[in-house]
Amino acid sequence: MSGSDGQQHPIKIYLWIWLLLFVLSTLSYGVDYMAFQGMLRWTLILVFMVLKAGFIIAIFMHMTWERWSLSLAILTPPLVLLVFITLMSIEANYTFGTRLTFFAT
Amino acid sequence: MSDTAVANPTELRDGVSGFTQDWAADKQAFHAPWGKAMMWIFLLSDTFIFTCFLTSYMKVRMTTTVPWPNPSEVFALTVNGNHVPLLLIAIMTFILISSSGTMAMAVNFGYRKNRKAVVCLMVATALFGVSFVGMQAFEWTKLIVEEGVRPWGNPMGAAQFGASFFMITGFHGLHVSGGVIYLSIIAFKVWRGDYDRSGNYEAVEIAGLYWHFVDLVWVFIFAFFYLW
Repeated sequence: MSGSDGQQHPIKIYLWIWLLLFVLSTLSYGVDYMAFQGMLRWTLILVFMVLKAGFIIAIFMHMTWERWSLSLAILTPPLVLLVFITLMSIEANYTFGTRLTFFAT
Repeated sequence: MSDTAVANPTELRDGVSGFTQDWAADKQAFHAPWGKAMMWIFLLSDTFIFTCFLTSYMKVRMTTTVPWPNPSEVFALTVNGNHVPLLLIAIMTFILISSSGTMAMAVNFGYRKNRKAVVCLMVATALFGVSFVGMQAFEWTKLIVEEGVRPWGNPMGAAQFGASFFMITGFHGLHVSGGVIYLSIIAFKVWRGDYDRSGNYEAVEIAGLYWHFVDLVWVFIFAFFYLW
């Protein structure tokens, strides 16, 4: 369903997503509580983060039911941010390297 | 609304005139209310702002040669003598998730034209928002007064910790505060019956988009600043 007549969906779907977000938040807090470290920690953090963000956008913000012209106009521009983040992390590695070389005691 | 502004739609002109015809013609790209489309575009711009903050945080954290303070320890609370890591932040996360849930229900009841339920749920959402900001104020006070964190340094490690923390959570807190005011205004208009008269509860959904976005940003801050 889409269009200007508004978004009407069964309440059940909101309650399920709400519960799911609670579970995912508990799990991501669990990552810290259990003190996982290294790759396992970072992977779990990212997985739970992406799932939570995805459900909020898709269901609570109704993106699933919007027309493609709107979803694509909103969801594709942030992809350039991934390029930006990649560039900045490459640069950060370089800066860290030079700092180690020149500032090391 | 007609598909095109020219008198004869089939007549396609060339050159600059054709360019203006194609781009400035009265065509509708988004089959959604203009308020909703504009709110989405605003949220897109806000996404870029928060990404810039989080990216600069990533950069200072990656480049510093001094160890980064452990957020799990910095934000730990002691309850009944038990040391619980990140407790306050976890509570704040659950509060914001709850407020997102009540807001989604408010939007739903709006389209069912259930005025009372919308007002109650929106007031509940705003109250969750207020308690979130209150906890944030407590957290800031604890960090500034007890832990001695300043934007230019702190006793626990890398000096950039304070600047990143105050900038990112401060900007998010302002968004929550602004959202509480925004929700209160819309809730008041719902209560007054404005949308029953116009027969259109779209304004509630648009306010809901903003509120869910604030929750969405917190998901990323929680992951990258507090958990990483």
